[in-house]
Amino acid sequence: MDDPLIIAGREFRSRLITGTGGAANLSVLERALVASGTELTTVAMRRVDAAGQTGVLELLRRLGIEVLPNTAGCRTSAEAVLTAQLAREALETNWVKLEVVHDEETLLPDPVELLDAAERLVNDGFVVLPYTNDDPVLALKLQDIGCATVMPLGSPIGTGLGIRNPHNIELITSRASVPVVLDAGIGTASDAALAMELGCSAVLLATAVTRAQDPERMGAAMRCAVEGGRLARLAGRIPQRFWAQASSPGL
Amino acid sequence: MKAQVNGTSRDLADGTSVAAVVTLVGAPEKGVAVALDGAVVPRALWDRTIVPDGGVVEVLTAVQGG
Repeated sequence: MDDPLIIAGREFRSRLITGTGGAANLSVLERALVASGTELTTVAMRRVDAAGQTGVLELLRRLGIEVLPNTAGCRTSAEAVLTAQLAREALETNWVKLEVVHDEETLLPDPVELLDAAERLVNDGFVVLPYTNDDPVLALKLQDIGCATVMPLGSPIGTGLGIRNPHNIELITSRASVPVVLDAGIGTASDAALAMELGCSAVLLATAVTRAQDPERMGAAMRCAVEGGRLARLAGRIPQRFWAQASSPGL
Repeated sequence: MKAQVNGTSRDLADGTSVAAVVTLVGAPEKGVAVALDGAVVPRALWDRTIVPDGGVVEVLTAVQGG
């Protein structure tokens, strides 16, 4: 069944966007990425240090996976805009996963700084994929200023707590016209499937795979979960009932 | 003269270019970007952009993350 994910006019067959953080080494990361089937994967921008390059870019290019730079670690709009501009210069892509977090304990997005940065970057010609709170109002505002997706969190980054407010995610998917990507909080395959059943167009995750006991196998699990959840959403689930309803004919 | 390079104070010869600083920090050939005093310096301008005394240079590359 041909059912591509389309972001800013670009088609992806995989609806799983992955991160590269948290993997023990590049070999583990490579096997996990291949198993996940991802076609778009995030990297962070950091100072060049004496240890030299990390090799992650070469890995992604070799695997034919598109690079999506993020602005992880930025706390203000100004920092995020500069980081995005540096990423565009370094990686020759105008796509950016925009992250502006408020504090280290929660890593929750700072909505005021986020909206400001998103607007600046859209005006500067970026394709902006913002990591946002599960706030239906903020999601619409990000869409209205020209973001290519909205990416609400299921729960805070790295917690593996899953989707804590499914109704908010469903409110977002019911009103957004751009793709909704569930970003952050995924712990296991059922969380990813639920995101798709709630109407998300894709799932973005990193830790759930890279820090799993067997990252390669979890990468495969996430691939299946996203595909299964998507199919279920398109198939249309049965309504929930209070009383039983026999599926066999009466005697 | 002195400049801040990736958070470290460095003594640089007068007239040191951004390109020379990129070499100094051992940056890889590809996937690198530079900010001077909070603004991006496009790669095409690295050779002819001179780091001023007290300048703040950031040399960044992509790493695992997100």
